[in-house]
Amino acid sequence: MERKNRVAREPESRMPTGDLSPFRKIDRRTFLVRGAAAAGVAASAGLATGASAQDLAGHPWERVYGAGFTGYGQPARFEQPVMRHIVRPYGDLAPGSGAALSPIESLEGIITPSGLHNIRSHSGTPDIDPKQHQLLLHGLVSRPLMFSMDALWRYPMTTRIYFLECSGNSNRNLVPKPAQVPAGALHGNLACSEWTGVPLRMLLEEAGLLPQAKWLLAEGADSAHMSRSIPIEKALDDALIALYQNGERLRPEQGYPVRLLLPGWEGNMSVKWLRRLKATEGPTHTKDETSKYTDLLPDGKALQFTFEMGVKSVITRPSSTMKLPRAGFYEISGIAWSGAGRVRRVEVSTDGGASWSDAVLHGEERPKALVRFRLPWEWKGQPAVLQSRATDEKGNVQPARKVWQARYAPDNRFHNNSIVSWSADADGSVKNVYA
Amino acid sequence: MFTPKRLVVAAAAALSACAAQPTSAPVKAPAFGEPVSAAEIARWDISIPPSGAGLPAGSGSVKQGEAVYAAKCQACHGAKGMGKPADALAGGIDSLATGKPVRTVGSYWPYATTLFDYTRRAMPTTNPLSLSNDEVYAVTAYVLYLNGIIGESAVVNAKTLPQVKMPNRDGFVNVSK
Repeated sequence: MERKNRVAREPESRMPTGDLSPFRKIDRRTFLVRGAAAAGVAASAGLATGASAQDLAGHPWERVYGAGFTGYGQPARFEQPVMRHIVRPYGDLAPGSGAALSPIESLEGIITPSGLHNIRSHSGTPDIDPKQHQLLLHGLVSRPLMFSMDALWRYPMTTRIYFLECSGNSNRNLVPKPAQVPAGALHGNLACSEWTGVPLRMLLEEAGLLPQAKWLLAEGADSAHMSRSIPIEKALDDALIALYQNGERLRPEQGYPVRLLLPGWEGNMSVKWLRRLKATEGPTHTKDETSKYTDLLPDGKALQFTFEMGVKSVITRPSSTMKLPRAGFYEISGIAWSGAGRVRRVEVSTDGGASWSDAVLHGEERPKALVRFRLPWEWKGQPAVLQSRATDEKGNVQPARKVWQARYAPDNRFHNNSIVSWSADADGSVKNVYA
Repeated sequence: MFTPKRLVVAAAAALSACAAQPTSAPVKAPAFGEPVSAAEIARWDISIPPSGAGLPAGSGSVKQGEAVYAAKCQACHGAKGMGKPADALAGGIDSLATGKPVRTVGSYWPYATTLFDYTRRAMPTTNPLSLSNDEVYAVTAYVLYLNGIIGESAVVNAKTLPQVKMPNRDGFVNVSK
């Protein structure tokens, strides 16, 4: 069943401009109308009755009976402007090819709501009937096997929190002029969920991997049959055949009814709508591991199979397009992650990298998951440049923008994990800058 | 209520003894996959590695490919694979190190087998799996010809396609461990 109320009312602006308040100004007519109706009923003779009987504090909604139950809850109507930032490079020609970026500027904590999870799809979202969908496991195995969704559901499951980041995330910050758009439109091709599913290792053991099987081709049931080659070590390590996201079955755009999940690796390798796994001797060299998702270097060579997502962080509040209404106290809040494991440290600078302070981390015990960092800040009403720099447990440090850029060809658009900078002007407006 | 001390101790001992015992027989490893025949696998297995293993019977010429391209591909990929609105398929050879790289099938893709694989599995975008194997071979031949990689009279099939050497074949550094 479609739930239309999220999209039925198009917000006036998707940009969280204005002050830092999370509460958005919304038409209050509904409340006024309800209040007036209640007052009319009260106009009976003599005794004070109805809404005006008690001259006490209390908003109109305290004086009318509340809404009934709904089968599937939705965010408050005041939160309707919180939406994904949609990027469609091919326009109407291929409306489902592109990405929808998570509005990280409006979110807190470390779990992304399923409906705001970033989406990267190469050929739209297929409408898959789980009763008909199957997963084939074959190739260099002793026993090729076919799994129905009901069969997968019977296996022992595991639950983990992992981030997923498209390796093209933050490529919009590689254009010559910094775009003045919300943080999510720049760096939101990233999200973090609780995933539940069957360890892939279990299915590979059942099929009996042959010794010469070194790679695994994963293929989706979307109309592009998106496919990637995965080293068998990763498949036997922490790879998950995911069936649930944040407690419910996967959303269609996240691979319903079943997706691969490769913690810490470029998002497109966690193949959605998984239909086939083939054990092979070498990589298949599919389109999306040759023509795309390879990283061009200045000398014209390209790095291939750069799976792991680098250590990275971004301040989400305050961030680009927001406004600091007055001088005084602010909490700097942001997210950090690393495909190599745990985030060990996030430093924050408010002077463009001249000095750094350690932020407090939340969730740093989890490898390959988002970590929330926070730091109190006294803004004195003068220009400032905010930056964050993450370090992971392997000692990897998030690089400066210039250092990162020097490594690659000018048009490389993958694996940009460089430091993000926001400037605060004297009038409090926060902008995206290259520092 | 009064409980003699030694009774409590005895009950605790019994409980811990219980906990040390397995509560049921060892559980057999789950195995819910169903056997599948080679004929069925063949209907699913569409991936083509550089060796060409799995390439189907059939063939296509550059000339035949030109007609397929005009009918099924040109609206998105432009005349002679020059691109717009979708990705360019031809040109850009030797541009990768110039600072203004143009990445196309001809200038960037390391293996010609990938062109067959991707065209068959995903193209045309609005109607994938609608081309016959002969048509896929033919349009593969035409795109390789547009890039000057094969001659005008070339015919592409399961035998010839894996033998095509792409200009950027050695342009990639495999960094996987």
